[in-house]
Amino acid sequence: MIIHHPILGPRDAQEFVYLGDASLINRPDGLTAGVEAFYDYLYNRGNPAGEHRELWYHEQGDRSWLVVTRNTVTHEIIKVELARDVAKAAGRTK
Amino acid sequence: MAEPLHALTALGQTIPYTKEIGPYRIIERFDVALASLATRKGRDGEVRAAAAKAGLPLPDPARAASGNPYSAFWVAPDMWMVEADFATHEDIAALLKPLFGEAASITEQTDAWVRFDITAGNLAPLLERLSNVDFPAVPDGYASRTVIEHIGCYLIRRDIGSVVLYGPRSSAKSLFHALEVTARSLL
Amino acid sequence: MSQKNRISGGQIDRSKVLTFTFDGKTYSGHPGDTLASALLANGVRLMGRSFKYHRPRGPISAGSEEPNALVQLRSGARQEPNTRATVAELFDGLDATSQNRWPSLAFDALAINDRLNTFFTAGFYYKTFMWPASFWEKVYEPIIRRAAGLGSLTREEDPDEYDKGFLHCDLLVIGAGPAGLMAALAAGRAGARVILADEDFRFGGRLNAETLSVGGRTGAEWADSVIAELAALPNVRLMLRTTVIGAFDHGIYGAVERVSDHLAVPLEGKPRQTLWRIYSKRALLAGGATERPIAFENNDRPGIMMAGALRTYANRFGVTVGERVAVFTNNEDGLQTARDLVEKGVDVVAVIDARPDGPLLPGIRHLKGAEVVDAAGRLGLKSITIRQANGRTETVEVSALGVSGGWNPNVNISSHHRSKPVWSEALQAFVPGEGGPQGLSAAGAAAGQMSTHAALEGGQKAAIAALAELGISAKADTVPEAEDRPLSITPKWYVNAGKGRAWIDPQNDVTVKDIKLAHKENFTSVEHMKRYTTLGMATDQGKTGNVLGLAIMAGLTGQTIPETGTTIYRPPYTPVAMGTLAGRSRGKEFKPFRLTPSHKWAEEQGAVFVEVGMWLRTQWLPKPGEKHWRESVDREVLATRKSVGICDVTTLGKIDIQGTDAGAFLDKVYCNTFSTLAVGRCRYGLMLREDGMVFDDGTTARMGENEYVMTTTTANAVTVFRHLEYCRQVLWPDMDVQLISTTEAWAQFSVAGPNARKLLEKIVDQDISDSAFPYMAAGNITIGGLRARLFRISFSGELAYEIAVPTRYGDALIRRLVEEGKAFDAVVYGTEALGVMRVEKGHVAGNELNGQSTALNMGLGKMVSKMKDSIGMVLSQREGMNQPDGYRLVGVKPVDPAATLTAGSHFLEKDAKPVIENDGGWLTSKVYSPHLGCDIALGYLKAGDQKIGRRMRAVNLLAKTETEVEIVSPHFFDPEGERLRG
Repeated sequence: MIIHHPILGPRDAQEFVYLGDASLINRPDGLTAGVEAFYDYLYNRGNPAGEHRELWYHEQGDRSWLVVTRNTVTHEIIKVELARDVAKAAGRTK
Repeated sequence: MAEPLHALTALGQTIPYTKEIGPYRIIERFDVALASLATRKGRDGEVRAAAAKAGLPLPDPARAASGNPYSAFWVAPDMWMVEADFATHEDIAALLKPLFGEAASITEQTDAWVRFDITAGNLAPLLERLSNVDFPAVPDGYASRTVIEHIGCYLIRRDIGSVVLYGPRSSAKSLFHALEVTARSLL
Repeated sequence: MSQKNRISGGQIDRSKVLTFTFDGKTYSGHPGDTLASALLANGVRLMGRSFKYHRPRGPISAGSEEPNALVQLRSGARQEPNTRATVAELFDGLDATSQNRWPSLAFDALAINDRLNTFFTAGFYYKTFMWPASFWEKVYEPIIRRAAGLGSLTREEDPDEYDKGFLHCDLLVIGAGPAGLMAALAAGRAGARVILADEDFRFGGRLNAETLSVGGRTGAEWADSVIAELAALPNVRLMLRTTVIGAFDHGIYGAVERVSDHLAVPLEGKPRQTLWRIYSKRALLAGGATERPIAFENNDRPGIMMAGALRTYANRFGVTVGERVAVFTNNEDGLQTARDLVEKGVDVVAVIDARPDGPLLPGIRHLKGAEVVDAAGRLGLKSITIRQANGRTETVEVSALGVSGGWNPNVNISSHHRSKPVWSEALQAFVPGEGGPQGLSAAGAAAGQMSTHAALEGGQKAAIAALAELGISAKADTVPEAEDRPLSITPKWYVNAGKGRAWIDPQNDVTVKDIKLAHKENFTSVEHMKRYTTLGMATDQGKTGNVLGLAIMAGLTGQTIPETGTTIYRPPYTPVAMGTLAGRSRGKEFKPFRLTPSHKWAEEQGAVFVEVGMWLRTQWLPKPGEKHWRESVDREVLATRKSVGICDVTTLGKIDIQGTDAGAFLDKVYCNTFSTLAVGRCRYGLMLREDGMVFDDGTTARMGENEYVMTTTTANAVTVFRHLEYCRQVLWPDMDVQLISTTEAWAQFSVAGPNARKLLEKIVDQDISDSAFPYMAAGNITIGGLRARLFRISFSGELAYEIAVPTRYGDALIRRLVEEGKAFDAVVYGTEALGVMRVEKGHVAGNELNGQSTALNMGLGKMVSKMKDSIGMVLSQREGMNQPDGYRLVGVKPVDPAATLTAGSHFLEKDAKPVIENDGGWLTSKVYSPHLGCDIALGYLKAGDQKIGRRMRAVNLLAKTETEVEIVSPHFFDPEGERLRG
């Protein structure tokens, strides 16, 4: 596969490490959320046949974490964003 | 004070090694000091100003730029690898830190890497067997991390016949072997 | 021996004679020949035996689709089985042998299988080897294994090298026949970056096999002129002997270039084959079409082949397969074979045309509405039986028969992404369907454009269209004049006559009968039929026969062929040698090595090295006279504990963490607190995964207000760094934290033992007395003015330091430490002694950090701070992970000090049976402690903290060992930690 890196352009997916569902960005707060919320966060994920937002890490590249929107059936990549931008837009700070 | 310690090159020699294989020249460089420079949050302006004053270019993503006394290539968002002459800048991190103060994070990298300069009339046949970088198509001054025989390296294109490779120092022998065998297969 | 079947013409160099052997007999051929064409020229039709029935076989094709003529090439270490004689380029001294026969090709003992064919029908394995179950391993499997397979592998290591590489282009053209050449020409002239790859050793594809003209020249001449123009274009790369083996996502293609297969031995330094990864913006499949047979009784006789192959041998190689030839066809193309052979002076005795009407060939016995019903000649075709339209049968003596049942477009690569080919009624064949690989189009015969003119035009059009999508404008030049006749095909799949067997898939011996049986037993879906009969599962993937099987099944079920459907193809297009996939990564070069800064010194000392990931670390350093590794390791441990030992610990991951939020960041990633750590101090840190399991551990030092140096385990250096980047970018994107690995930048040595300080005092420039540099201090120091770092940390339980210098000085530092250490009888110790000392001290390492253990399991539960949010903190509190009877880290000693322990043993109570319900846990790490004089171990024991002092059994059912043990504290040595604070 080819991932169109927002900074570096097309790069071979071999350079990346896959993590999983981009919902991992939405980590609950450890001091207030409780075990149930963390359990949901870590284990309950969708497994869609179709569009899926995923975290990929450009390990053999610039070490950017990316959010890749990919169709799991066709492997078509619809969108690639810097995970940092996505996380900030989702309200994550420090 | 005790006797100074002697230095060994990444290939384990006291003097750097040069190998000629047909038109290919592989030169181990031992005279370059390296440090990483990363911008602290929100201090981009200060870093750029200080860099300009110090003669340190901060190239765009996927680019390298030469300067005096410092050269640099981009490695990650808000991070560059800074090169300088080892003879005058052996303690490069200590020399850079006062220039940037708390605006940047600076880390010694000199001995984390082995550097090979490779030259030939046209390096495309060699590099297409080693790396997925589209070497003939990328511009001079292109800099990228790439994998060569399972080894993560930085590749800087000077021109079609000249490239700089930085590989992890501990894998210097394996990387050199890959370069050597591939060059020989092209004779 | 004379080349008795050599006729005039062909693209062979008759001025040179090549000598080769087949089954020990010497023959001659010419440059430009394949092994098959040269053997046929010498009158050899029999080249192999089939897989199941061991039937005598000859080639049926002149290309890579060949199922029959599989031979063993070369001998010794270069012996290669299952090579297709039809594509093996002839070279002087080529040495080939037939396979799957014993004792000889003409007399094969296992041909008895052919007589027993009623037992070997479809589903034979499933039916025969079902019962009794106990027979599988002892009786059936050995029999099957002995009989299975075609050629045999050499047991020697492959002496050749293989390479890999990466190519980039705007347009990849797969196949250099008329369509591919026109496409490459249009794209090349437009300035696009073009790769033109062809599996053959001569560009031109089918044009080399035909007598037709292109633009007033022979097809081959026209191809040569196009190639000459393309070769002069710097933007075009011509790749001969290069098979595109598969389409992968987003325009990536795999291709195998056979660099040296046409030579007896590769030239010095050259690889035998190169595997290319081609990044294309667009690709064009111009791979042509494959002719398919018509099944009839005994249609596998050597000498019966595709009509187009017969023509190829005559036109391209100057060979006639026999003196008397017949053609059996259901389409117009078959007639061309008859015409060309007559032109060459070959005796064409009959053309058996399954089509009832149409014009007759002049001057040839052309039988309309006729069919071939049988063939005779076990080791080579002698005669065929023809049934004419009026039902009259006659037997005609022939030594070669060309069969054409139509042409299958080579859709293979277009269906590599599961795109289903679609049925063309006009061609009676499948053509590429929708939804193929992104950016791939097809042209020429591969797209069902069967005439030369259509292929030329189609190739040009497809290239222009593909480039237009890239914004490159290519010009439509005049398409050269060429034949444009329709295929005019009438479906004919098999001849229904007699009881004998009619072959569809000759390599796997699948016959019409087998399809009928599959139908009878309700394996009618194409996927079931394929697996039940093994149709198309041989090395040729059913390129010639698959469509026949489908069509026959369709006929039996009363469905149409499109309703019946088709199986699809997977990469690779043709078989690929394992060596090619490995490339240079084999043997010693399987993976790169990482060498430690002390490697050169250690090598000089005769150190024994161990692979730790990619690192080569010193395992122990034997002294003269030490015969057993334990002698060396015991000595290293005792000397360290007695005085001082030195160990290279450079391999531990080191990550430089800076920024105004560096401390807060570490509080998030470690379960314990680092923001409160004083500058110049270090602390042991425990890193959890979000699920609460322990991820990694190590000491982290605060080198400045906003500057930390983290240490990771050797094994997790890369994954911890990845995890930190994840935390920094994804979870807490506003934190001011910068990361970089410094693992390789510093050569770091542990100096441990009661005399560690005294040794270091001789080397460093600063005061490192206990008051100036106390336990857990960290700081920048100098060695003769050289910048260095010192950390007072201990893994061994001794007074210990880790000292680091820039890596280039590491060799000098180890030599200095050893030299100065002589005064203290210092030793250098390896990973084994390191392991012994850490077990003695009760420190966890890889075996305990197994990804399934919590801080509580390790006896470190109190380290998890609940006052702050850190990764894994919340889920580590889950009830199931906090049971009082959960696993706890314990120490283990044999009750009898002379007894030995086995790692991996399970804890059992005294009289408990070794069953899962009684399992109390297991021994994770075991060493011999020279200090205690017996084996000791660490282990995870259920409620282990409450069982200190208890006697249990350590049972290992695999190693068949059982030892009575005492459960003790994991801190075997200096439990109060007095030594490391000394």
